Amino acid sequence: MALDKDGIAKRIAQELQDRFYVNLGIGIPTLVANYIPEGISVEFQSENGILGMGPFPFSGEEDADLINAGKQTITALNGAVYFDSATSFAMIRGKHVQLTVLGAMEVSENGDIANWKIPGKMVKGMGGAMDLVACAENIIVAMMHTNKKGESKLLKKCSLPLTGVSCVKKIVTNLAVLEVLPKGGFKLIERAPGVSVEEIQLATEGKLLVEGEIPEMKFN
Amino acid sequence: MINKVVANVHEALLGIDDGMTLMLGGFGLCGIPENSIAELVQKGISNLTCISNNAGVDDFGLGLLLQQKQIKKMISSYVGENDEFERQMLNGELEVDLIPQGSLAERCRAGGAGIPAFFTPAGYGTEVAEGKEVRVFNGKPHILEDALTADFAIVKAWKGDAAGNLVYKATARNFNPMMAMAGKITIAEVEELVPVGTLDPNEIHTPGIFVQRIFQGELFEKRIEQRTLRNK
Repeated sequence: MALDKDGIAKRIAQELQDRFYVNLGIGIPTLVANYIPEGISVEFQSENGILGMGPFPFSGEEDADLINAGKQTITALNGAVYFDSATSFAMIRGKHVQLTVLGAMEVSENGDIANWKIPGKMVKGMGGAMDLVACAENIIVAMMHTNKKGESKLLKKCSLPLTGVSCVKKIVTNLAVLEVLPKGGFKLIERAPGVSVEEIQLATEGKLLVEGEIPEMKFN
Repeated sequence: MINKVVANVHEALLGIDDGMTLMLGGFGLCGIPENSIAELVQKGISNLTCISNNAGVDDFGLGLLLQQKQIKKMISSYVGENDEFERQMLNGELEVDLIPQGSLAERCRAGGAGIPAFFTPAGYGTEVAEGKEVRVFNGKPHILEDALTADFAIVKAWKGDAAGNLVYKATARNFNPMMAMAGKITIAEVEELVPVGTLDPNEIHTPGIFVQRIFQGELFEKRIEQRTLRNK
């Protein structure tokens, strides 16, 4: 069965490593914070200016001055620190953040990503996404494999305006875990439980590389 | 000590005129100079170019200036929370320059720091890079981004003193410190104007040299955009 959004987040959480500083984008990526594996310490950075971001506040404890990059009220953990936007992006461009997880509308087989604009229709802006994808060494895209119309989001070439070029290395969808190869192509690494290679192939417009037996994702 | 205190928001905003470029601090509705925005609406100043990470929501923050069509051009990174903005932009009524958030922050910082331009990898290969010089450093292409300055920068701080020293609270700091540096005249709107000597010099975020006028705002609504809670 294909994963739900929490399932995608759970699988991505397995990529977290001890002592990682992590930036989580809006949407599915935010859910990753709920599934940190036991025994490891990570710290979450939100690009509006906090390291050591904690969970959402209890009712009555929310503070208009304390939000995340999605403008949601949050809390700060012990050891947290606030900083200005230039310092925040120095952390990001300077590669001090070890992992970035973000959503996408399209990803191409050479690692291009589009997630900020639909010409003539949706004009929201890129926020920090262009800085994040241009600089992070370790980017995981969290998204559904197909869009609402059922069309593949893993393409030969992105049709929407790009957010960054040749930057995505790993993708976790409701159907599969895939790696973007340096020479191009989506290499199938794992299948969602009960999802066949054929189903993944059908939902992938770009070049899909399947080598040998593809294992199912494992969840505890 | 050079005293920067002005009596009220009206006095603070004297000299702001039609067609000027303003920087306004804040991220979303967090840390925005809401008293100054209300005064700009009341004064009806128009044809403004506003540099601000976001454009408020329909009925608060910079959205109030958009409603009155006082803004000619916005320079921002994310404007997704404002339907009126999207409508004016898609209809060609509003000029918009969308730039990556980190580049926006650094362009303001550079403007205040006397750095005319800098290279960044953000936006390379995208429409943001159109018309910009590209240079390769360490095997990776970067684009040239210009510094930004403004006729007036309007920032919001938690505490400030007569010397113009500012302390921000939590994530309300965001763009305020860089914009404070980049205004030809910088106006600081503070929640609390404290006596000189009470702020610990070790813990001041914006040194008073960057601030020309300071006043205590009368009313802070501090609206929350996304009240997100955890269950007990």
